[in-house]
Amino acid sequence: MANSMARSFLQVAATEEVATPLRVVQIEGLVILKIIKHCKEFSPALVTGQLLGLDVGSVLEVTNCFPFPIQEEDEEIEADGANYQLEMMRCLREVNVDNNTVGWYQSTMLGCFQTVELIETFMNYQENIRRCVCIIYDPSRSNQGALALKALKLSDSFMDLYRNNNFTGDKLREKNLSWVDIFEEIPIKVSNSALVSAFMTELEADTPVTQCDYDRLRLSSSPFLARNVEFLIECMDDLSAEQQKFQYYYRNLTRQQAQQHAWLQKRRDENKARKAAGEEPLPEEDPSNPIFKPIPEPSRLESFLVTNRIANYCNQINGVTGQSFNRLYLMKALHDN
Amino acid sequence: MAASERTVLQFASSSSSTANITAKVHPLVIFNICDCYVRRPDQAERVIGTLLGSVLPDGTVDIRNSYVVPHNEFSDQVALDIEYHHTMLKSHLKVNPQEVIVGWFSTGLGVTGGSALIHEFYSREVSNPVHLTVDTGFQNGEGTIKAYVSVNLSLADRPLAAQFQEIPLDLRMIEAERVGFDILKTTSVDKLPSDLEGMEVLMERLVTLINDVYKYVDDVVEGRVAPDNNIGRFISEAVDSLPKLSPPAFDKLINDNLQDQLLMLYLSSITRTQLSLAEKLNTAAQML
Repeated sequence: MANSMARSFLQVAATEEVATPLRVVQIEGLVILKIIKHCKEFSPALVTGQLLGLDVGSVLEVTNCFPFPIQEEDEEIEADGANYQLEMMRCLREVNVDNNTVGWYQSTMLGCFQTVELIETFMNYQENIRRCVCIIYDPSRSNQGALALKALKLSDSFMDLYRNNNFTGDKLREKNLSWVDIFEEIPIKVSNSALVSAFMTELEADTPVTQCDYDRLRLSSSPFLARNVEFLIECMDDLSAEQQKFQYYYRNLTRQQAQQHAWLQKRRDENKARKAAGEEPLPEEDPSNPIFKPIPEPSRLESFLVTNRIANYCNQINGVTGQSFNRLYLMKALHDN
Repeated sequence: MAASERTVLQFASSSSSTANITAKVHPLVIFNICDCYVRRPDQAERVIGTLLGSVLPDGTVDIRNSYVVPHNEFSDQVALDIEYHHTMLKSHLKVNPQEVIVGWFSTGLGVTGGSALIHEFYSREVSNPVHLTVDTGFQNGEGTIKAYVSVNLSLADRPLAAQFQEIPLDLRMIEAERVGFDILKTTSVDKLPSDLEGMEVLMERLVTLINDVYKYVDDVVEGRVAPDNNIGRFISEAVDSLPKLSPPAFDKLINDNLQDQLLMLYLSSITRTQLSLAEKLNTAAQML
């Protein structure tokens, strides 16, 4: 820090342009409880809500949030929803709540949140706020005693590509972007006001065992695993459909190249003949010919997203089985004793 | 209790029904009230607001949500922003129509003079509202949270006054336990515990508990501690709760389960390998 004092104003001005990357999302306990309550009450329906807070350096503080009503496919109601949002913001501002949107939260089922819609929403938010975050909560996993809360953002390189709508193989290779790089997970920090902390210490029950412990010890994990695998299979089908699209594309591409080649050969032969006859050679390109029309390359976005989802399911399966091993061995030890 | 057959001074008939009202509080409500209190306007002494929730079939008032309502308080007057209250209520109902007004909250210890006025207002919104007080000032050294209902005191048929009667409040917050008090009671947690870390903490706790039980049993057997029949019964119940299985059957059960889990693990690993392979092949295909 000391040598930064010595820099010229110009340098300082130049460096300030570069936004510090988002490192931590700091969430208030209040927000966690609100999100969990909202998501759980409406589970298995998926719900969303808005996050309010402050953007402080590399930390994004989420200090409050409010839920959105369940959306319906009706324009009138949609306008109503916008009104609701404005009204809520106004009301919250009146009671001194931070009135700055920093992102949104949404619930998910078994973590299949990597969809095109999510990316679209994210881009929409990103247009208006420089730094935004999406918090994902999975109510189905909390039955296992885990706090399945995740803060996500899209990586910058992915956003660039998305803006230009450029998901061809070349571009991706150029940017060196693979499916892992679409989403960035940001570490979550929890903070509570001293007052809340005092109350919670006061209210904590004396019992040595809490509900969370019971949930963690629950031996049955097969329904969860079964559904995970079901979704995994679905995703696999999707992925193979995507792969087929590519195979189809490549087949078409090779066929076209062969045709082009043949045409070129013919044209050259022809030109040779014309040259021999002392005529002007024909051009070696013919844009009007349909075989020179480039075949559009299918977007790789969907297959990337599906891959992401699959990886997510695999991680979950790994996590759950890992825990189950623990539980089983614990059970065994108890029984042996 | 002033109510008896001879005196004409008596509580209104609702007192019999209020006797068995209890209230249950969602931790969110406490969090919200604290947050509101921290963010209160400069000159405000306390914050008040609306409690939302529902009345369960057994008469328990389940307080699940809350929002603050701006107000001004003078020596004998209370000005409540009723318009704000109604807009906020409408917004909340849009999200969750099941949560209706069940009462109101105020910070501070116990009931103060202005409370009767506000209570009267809420009585018009809903019959028999619950009044929750949260002592954010820790005036008697602890964060007292209390719930009251109002009981009318009448002389013959003439209403005389309203009395706030404390009702039992259930503060055991399952929802908070689910999240974990470790996260909620400290002012800052750097990282959410992962699955396995949670498991580790849990195991440690379980081991200490079992050791405690061992120690107690040993102490009793050796006569160091006076035996307590109740504890004995609990221990025997706990031991009995393990299902009685013959060792081979139990081993088979455990092993089958282990095999299943291993298979799942294998499946997920193979899928992952497949994914990375596919990615390599895809990039290779692009080289064409």
